[in-house]
Amino acid sequence: MVTPVLECKDVSISYYTRAGEIPAVYDFNLTVNPGEAVGIVGESGCGKSTVALAIMQYMGKNGAITSGEIKFLGRNMRDMTEEELRKIRGSQIAMVYQEPMASLNPSMLVRDQLIEVPMIHEGIDEAAATKRAIEILDAVRLPDPQRILASYPHQLSGGQQQRVVIAMALLSNPKLLLLDEPTTALDVTVEAGVVELIKDIAKRFGTSMIYISHNLGLILETCDRICVMYSGQSVELGSVKQVFDHMRHPYTRGLFSSIPLPGTDRFSRPLVPIPGQLPLPRDRPTGCTFGPRCTFFEAGRCDLPQHMAPVSGDAGHQVRCVRYDEIDWAAHRPKGLTSEPMKPGKVVLQVRDMKKYYEIRDNSLAAMISGKGVRYVKANEKIDFEAREAETVAIVGESGCGKSTFAKVLMGLEGSTSGEVLINGVDVGKLPVRQRPAGLISSLQIVFQNPFETLNPSHSVGSQIGRVLKKFGVAETRDEIEKKTYELLDLVKLPREFASRKPRQLSGGQKQRIGIARAFGGNASVVVADEPVSALDVSVQAAVTGLLTDIQREKRTTMVFISHDLSVVRYLADRIVVMYLGRIMEQGTTDQVFSPPYHPYTEALLSAVPIADTSIKKKHIVLKGELPSPMNPPPGCPFQTRCPRKIGAICEEELPPVQELAPGHKIMCHLPAEELKAMEPVFQMGSRAEVEAAPSPRKASKAPAKKTVARKAKKPQR
Amino acid sequence: MTDIAASPPRASRLWRIFKSVGLLRESRIGMFGIFLVLFWIFMAVFADLLPIRDPLAQSGPDLLKPWFSIGADGGNYWLGTDDKGRDILSRLIFGSRLVLFWSAFATIVAYAVGMMMGVAAGYRGGWWDEIISFIGNIFLAFPQMVLYIVILSQLGPQSPVGELLAAQGFDAVWVKGLTIVLAVMFATAPQVARIVRGIVLDLKTRDYVAAAEVRGESPLYIMIVELLPNARGPLIVDACLRLGYVTIAIAALGFLGLGLPPPDPDWGKMISEVRGYGAQASNAMIWPAIAISSLVLGLNLLADALREISLRD
Amino acid sequence: MLILAARRIASMILIMLVISVLLFVFFEGDKLNLAMRVLGPYSPPEGRLQWLAENGYNRPLLVRYFAWLGGFLTGNWNESAQFSAPVYDFLLPRLKNTAILGGLVFLFTVSIALVLGVLSGISEASLRDRSISVLSILTTSIPEFASATFLAAIFVFWLNWLPGSSSFSNGFSWVELVLPVLTLVIYNFGYYTRMTRASMAEVMSSQYVRTAVLKGLPYKRVVLRHALRNALIAPFTVMILQLNYLLSGVVVTEVFFAYDGYGKALYDAAMFGDVYLILAGAMIAVVVAVMSQFISDIGYTYLNPRIRFA
Repeated sequence: MVTPVLECKDVSISYYTRAGEIPAVYDFNLTVNPGEAVGIVGESGCGKSTVALAIMQYMGKNGAITSGEIKFLGRNMRDMTEEELRKIRGSQIAMVYQEPMASLNPSMLVRDQLIEVPMIHEGIDEAAATKRAIEILDAVRLPDPQRILASYPHQLSGGQQQRVVIAMALLSNPKLLLLDEPTTALDVTVEAGVVELIKDIAKRFGTSMIYISHNLGLILETCDRICVMYSGQSVELGSVKQVFDHMRHPYTRGLFSSIPLPGTDRFSRPLVPIPGQLPLPRDRPTGCTFGPRCTFFEAGRCDLPQHMAPVSGDAGHQVRCVRYDEIDWAAHRPKGLTSEPMKPGKVVLQVRDMKKYYEIRDNSLAAMISGKGVRYVKANEKIDFEAREAETVAIVGESGCGKSTFAKVLMGLEGSTSGEVLINGVDVGKLPVRQRPAGLISSLQIVFQNPFETLNPSHSVGSQIGRVLKKFGVAETRDEIEKKTYELLDLVKLPREFASRKPRQLSGGQKQRIGIARAFGGNASVVVADEPVSALDVSVQAAVTGLLTDIQREKRTTMVFISHDLSVVRYLADRIVVMYLGRIMEQGTTDQVFSPPYHPYTEALLSAVPIADTSIKKKHIVLKGELPSPMNPPPGCPFQTRCPRKIGAICEEELPPVQELAPGHKIMCHLPAEELKAMEPVFQMGSRAEVEAAPSPRKASKAPAKKTVARKAKKPQR
Repeated sequence: MTDIAASPPRASRLWRIFKSVGLLRESRIGMFGIFLVLFWIFMAVFADLLPIRDPLAQSGPDLLKPWFSIGADGGNYWLGTDDKGRDILSRLIFGSRLVLFWSAFATIVAYAVGMMMGVAAGYRGGWWDEIISFIGNIFLAFPQMVLYIVILSQLGPQSPVGELLAAQGFDAVWVKGLTIVLAVMFATAPQVARIVRGIVLDLKTRDYVAAAEVRGESPLYIMIVELLPNARGPLIVDACLRLGYVTIAIAALGFLGLGLPPPDPDWGKMISEVRGYGAQASNAMIWPAIAISSLVLGLNLLADALREISLRD
Repeated sequence: MLILAARRIASMILIMLVISVLLFVFFEGDKLNLAMRVLGPYSPPEGRLQWLAENGYNRPLLVRYFAWLGGFLTGNWNESAQFSAPVYDFLLPRLKNTAILGGLVFLFTVSIALVLGVLSGISEASLRDRSISVLSILTTSIPEFASATFLAAIFVFWLNWLPGSSSFSNGFSWVELVLPVLTLVIYNFGYYTRMTRASMAEVMSSQYVRTAVLKGLPYKRVVLRHALRNALIAPFTVMILQLNYLLSGVVVTEVFFAYDGYGKALYDAAMFGDVYLILAGAMIAVVVAVMSQFISDIGYTYLNPRIRFA
């Protein structure tokens, strides 16, 4: 029998705070064999990152492993001296972190940060170490390694930084590689490249991996086995196939049912939210931690401590649920977020040829000499679309595509440079919010992205809703305001007591509900939703999205839904606008955008979304390079630097024409219409058997669980 | 679906204050700070009621007596006497009134001005920021004491400002005091403004500020209702420290002879009055030095404990 | 970098010019008052008018300003009423004395603060950290005139080890420097220490230090190569920026120990109402402060590659 690379036995980890000991992880078991990739998946606070740091024996001042064994190649790491641990760290076990920028030393050259690893661990000299560094940078597919070596971290893009961190981890050819959400801070198309690299590394170097993520799709792409964690415990463990195709724990089941898959839509596979919310560590129930949210909870059994137990007849598959064998999943028909297609009304929002340029003053010497002291960032170029009553239009794109800028212009926080933005026929493009009449202001409202910033922490929830009601003239007297406030709380399905609470007493999902109540407080005719769920936990997202669309449909409001995630959008949008570097690349109805003909960028974007479903076959397109900076967009077609279908010089020189391939379906591309129409669909539904028979089953799928954007969520660029 | 968070019952204001004192209690050092500050506040408030001598009464035979000595009248001089035979203990206690009153007054004025400048500069940005920051930088370019000397040497009782204040019916002490407050304001408000500006620059990128903007709130409303309440944590800490600095500055002015006019007992002046007597005056000099140090120490420890608490949340 | 420096110099000159205008108007704007100050409160009014006429004070304010500014730049700082000597000749040796005092104080303050701050910051919340923190808070709570009092009481009056006056009456003497330097160091090092500590503690808990530890680097290397440089950027710049706070304490300390320096000269001038001396003294202080700000800005840019290669 082979010695496992890593063996965690009954590990418990606690943090010590003023309030006492808080168990972060308990009763944790995991074995990683040589060459194996194991995924740990779970939502925030489930303890997955704590596990990684415990394996590194790096618990900080207030954390400690309280019991159990962590064996590395058969030796218990808890018995090792600090010096022994130091020799293992970086050479035998290496780690890749979530935020590459913060993980690299800002005042040291990349070269110095790389070469010290082999110099310390292997005692080789500087020249040999530099040579090794160049080789490894080449291996992580960074072009021009010499230039990278001579750079400071801030001079590299996010994707390049993460590749440098990966290179650093691989320098001493470790036995075990820990990856803690390595792509969460990256854009989807850049993420796809890094994921491909990670898969390739596993193959080439035979390194064992632990891949930590909240995203089931990524785990499916990269791992052989998976461990699902919930609230400090593992709840299900097995091979990827076992867990994805025959999941046994109600939480795993709930997680899968609540995430959108780009292969399906709201009509064919409605989302099922998990009720309730994650318990805080100190409020964990004594029995099954998932109990309070579980439909199959049975008093007397589920409120006793639960243990991992093998699933009978399925070797290697374990589950922490006494009732796993009794639940009849086939008969379980939970109420999904179904909805009938709405009939859109008159045009409410019309954007015609809108442009927004920012002036940037460049103070560098080079700019001064070349006389380019002032440059323009073309945040929005020629934006053209319309939205009707009761319709949801989604604007989709990666960072820097101009979607947030557009929202700001719409809300009057920025003025447009030229063009028209008509709301019910009134041009608001150049009308700052302070000059807008009260009626206009209340008819155009927004739901913000970051739940931690959307409410003012100093005021009670009720007073913040009340202020909106008063400001919009919905209610005047105290009693009236109170009554209306309660009605709004009812609308977003929160208890009325919340009116007197301070925002810090609310969870992220609850805060977003208040944000929704506020936006609909004044009978808005257009509501902009700026990534309203991207910072929420996966299991809460579906419920909040569902609520938002329900209210919007009931009130026949026009919604502009801004997102970076195509799979979410498919579930709620009637029409989709795809943006890249300030321009609209493609727009059309949801069906039109999700099926051929595609714009090559849309095609790549669709293919980059990881899918958590083994039955979906996906075309595999990995874009080369990084997202260009909006400050310095390429000439011609903005996408030409990365386009896999680039024709030639014409793409570099001329802006492509907008082709209307079907009524309302517009694509901006040089490719002839016939060629576009001949494209294959990105997703193909296949039966599971089919996929298993395919030579490389892993290649076939992907999943989005919306990116829980790195902790605080991206702040809108101002 | 309703998700009800397990959360504590609605916190009344009073309860919250109790809670923060409770938090402070965890820090022994913070409690010591509070004790020192409260001690001097108590002395200042109840100076009249305490069984001590008249701080202004001079006694010819009892010059520069050491501590625990008995005076010509048979009474005790707990902390000794100064060069005019006045009781040091009662001068310290009555002096605390002066010190606390003028320091607090000056700090409040400087804070009010500084906060307005800082919020306006931070939130409005652009030209507002340029101009306010420039004005601030002018005063920050002076070493504080130089600024005090410049202002106080020029704004004496005969200066237009002095005459204006006298015409309002202020007596000599108040004229001098208000001039000092003015000087402190010029020196301190720009520092406060700089801190507030920094906090506001950070806070104004929050979505709740954007939310207020998109419902059409006025800049004044946003500054006062949305921004300032959220800046209070760091500002309370800073105000404690700042009060300490101002106390030191005003006492230093008293020491230099630029402070309040005699015969009122000002701690700084108490030192300089007896300095000429050399070794004999050691006792008379040390007590006011201890007094000012203990008050400032109290404020600094309090600020430190408050900062610890605010970081913990 | 060059552009940045040029830009900074321009704004530096602008602020100094504005301050010079303000100071000039503040002191010389009211010329009758000025004459009274210079000639004394008991001078006859006709004498004042005559003095004004003779010294060109009847020219327009703007002309007088430029004349004064030209004079200031060329070392003609008018005549001190108190000492009946040109202010320039009077002030220069005193500035030298203050430079000696200030230089020593800065040297000691910075070295103590960096050592204590780093020691404190690398082991946050340890006993050592707490002791250093309490010590720093304690010493920053004792203003210069108070610590001078304590030091004098102990070393001068009680132990008789050191002289109580530092007037250099028998020529330059290191012994006489001890107490003024000690006084200023005691008050100032605590603030710098706490700043260094905060910066070091923040860096030690940063993700890139975690990366360095998990790379398997020895602890010494983590601290010296990875943490220290980043941790010292902020304290370094602030320390230079705070030079003018040092100058505040210098006034009090020099007065206390009768140290014949810039601060005492300014104090004497304030007591006497020696307008020209105060004006020149204030201008010098501002020039020093603005220069230190410039050095601090440039230093920050140089130390921080994120700005250098932006």
